[in-house]
Amino acid sequence: MTATLVQQLINGLTVGSLYALMALGLTMVYGVLRVLHIAHAAVFTLGGYGGLAVYQATGSFWLALAGAMLAAVVAGLAMERWVYWPLLGKPPIATLIASIGLFIGLEELYRIVAGPEPYAFAVPLQLPEIRRGPLLVTPPQLLVMALTAGLLIALWLMLTRTALGLALRAASQDQEMAAACGMRVRGVVMANFAIGSALAGAAGMLVGIYYNSVSPTMGDVAGYKGLAIIVLGGLGSIPGTVLGALVIGLVETLVIGFVEFPLPRDAWAFLAMIAVFLARPQGLLGVK
Amino acid sequence: MYLYTVATLVGIYCILTLGLNTITGIAGQISLGHAAFLGIGAYTAAILTVTYGWDFWPALVAACLTAGVAGALVGAAAIRVREDFLAITTMGINFVVVGVFLYFPFFGGSFGIGGIPSPRWFGGPLAKPGFLVLTLAGLVLALGVNLWLLRSWAGLALMATREDEDSARAAGVDVRRFKILAFSSGTALAGLAGSLYAHYLTFISAGDFGFPFSITILCMLVLGGIGTNRGAILGAVVLGVLPELFRPLADYRMLTYGAILLALMRWAPHGLVGDESWLWRILRRRAAA
Repeated sequence: MTATLVQQLINGLTVGSLYALMALGLTMVYGVLRVLHIAHAAVFTLGGYGGLAVYQATGSFWLALAGAMLAAVVAGLAMERWVYWPLLGKPPIATLIASIGLFIGLEELYRIVAGPEPYAFAVPLQLPEIRRGPLLVTPPQLLVMALTAGLLIALWLMLTRTALGLALRAASQDQEMAAACGMRVRGVVMANFAIGSALAGAAGMLVGIYYNSVSPTMGDVAGYKGLAIIVLGGLGSIPGTVLGALVIGLVETLVIGFVEFPLPRDAWAFLAMIAVFLARPQGLLGVK
Repeated sequence: MYLYTVATLVGIYCILTLGLNTITGIAGQISLGHAAFLGIGAYTAAILTVTYGWDFWPALVAACLTAGVAGALVGAAAIRVREDFLAITTMGINFVVVGVFLYFPFFGGSFGIGGIPSPRWFGGPLAKPGFLVLTLAGLVLALGVNLWLLRSWAGLALMATREDEDSARAAGVDVRRFKILAFSSGTALAGLAGSLYAHYLTFISAGDFGFPFSITILCMLVLGGIGTNRGAILGAVVLGVLPELFRPLADYRMLTYGAILLALMRWAPHGLVGDESWLWRILRRRAAA
């Protein structure tokens, strides 16, 4: 029982790490623009396809990761340039609808270009398998957790130690004040999109490797769950998002592992989110 | 026969867009889960007639009531949750409702519910032309509800809530009550559409009522012109008929819808015949001259 529990904890942490990478971009964009970037899920899927394409061409994991992140950054910046920025100042509903349109259109485009069948994404990893008694951490799990930890630490250092990080935090707190202090807000917004998209691209590729599958609709569940996570963690709060992602990953893995529940795993994330909304609209770590 | 089917489905879409217009267009409360209420209505009608042997008419009323009560609950949630957050909440409700239909054997699970009887009329089953008339009657009813709302004091209160919720509240509008009113009447119309949908197709399954269909309904409303009844009907007719006329369009349906939503929000947020749209302003100028 305990061994299974610990094993499920590891599985949950892995899934939670992937959610965190995916959801950080959503929360960062919300932080500066106050819009829900639904199409972020399409950026995530692009990371999966981009990584797979580069991996098949070069056979190098690191090049593939760079390719996935680069493709995601280009897509994210293009969305900022042609969709979100021009719609700034319109009512939130307009931006939201445009973002949904962008998402469903891109998803269909992936289906048309790459076909509806999922691709396998098998990468032989040069990583050890960790065994402690009955406990097992597989190489893909190790990869996901190590890479997520690395990216999160890099993000944290960037946010707290660099001028750009200071600008990002300032802009998400009070954009007008930041502009009044002489910051180029547009540049900060673009940096947010670039960083968030890069993380989502990496997440897309890692999800592809972890489940050994890249498909046009892989962004669906990830995207909707990303929304639930950033709400749970308090919109715009980066530590809250990471916490929310880990909580959702752990809870759903444990619930699926131990309790016979009559609802699909994804419905639970939404029920949790609706409950949080009604009880604590500012999220777990959000401030009113 | 084929024409009757297309016309009946378009009629059902019109009832759906009119219902969504009550919620999103008139009261300004975005809902991304309208198909869930269509599903609640359809499943209510199907279960009552198939499992419990009810007649079509009482089951129709029950479908409207069930969907309306479910909508009132969402409206109550909308008191605490606004705009973007309401959008994700309603989206989540759509997923949860579909999950419930899919996982509980009571709702037929993944097999759905089949063998839903046609409505009976003077002792005989209603044929396709008769069903079209029934659907049009439902459409007129939906239009009547919306016209009454727009012209009544309640309509003013709803529109005030849409324009500026805090000011509306300061002016003495009980925003909570009117949000619940908008949601329950809009979703009751979706329940009506659901009953017609179930009895027309005689087979329903959970997948019919998912998030993509909610987006389709929203797309129809936005294309026609959000906030107006003529826009709701025009959008439903255009997007209901176009895929039938151009088959390739049916294959790339979601791509088209996505592009339409994006392009409209970017360049023509008032849709084809919304109050501030280019076409409607020209028409009005013509009418005035």
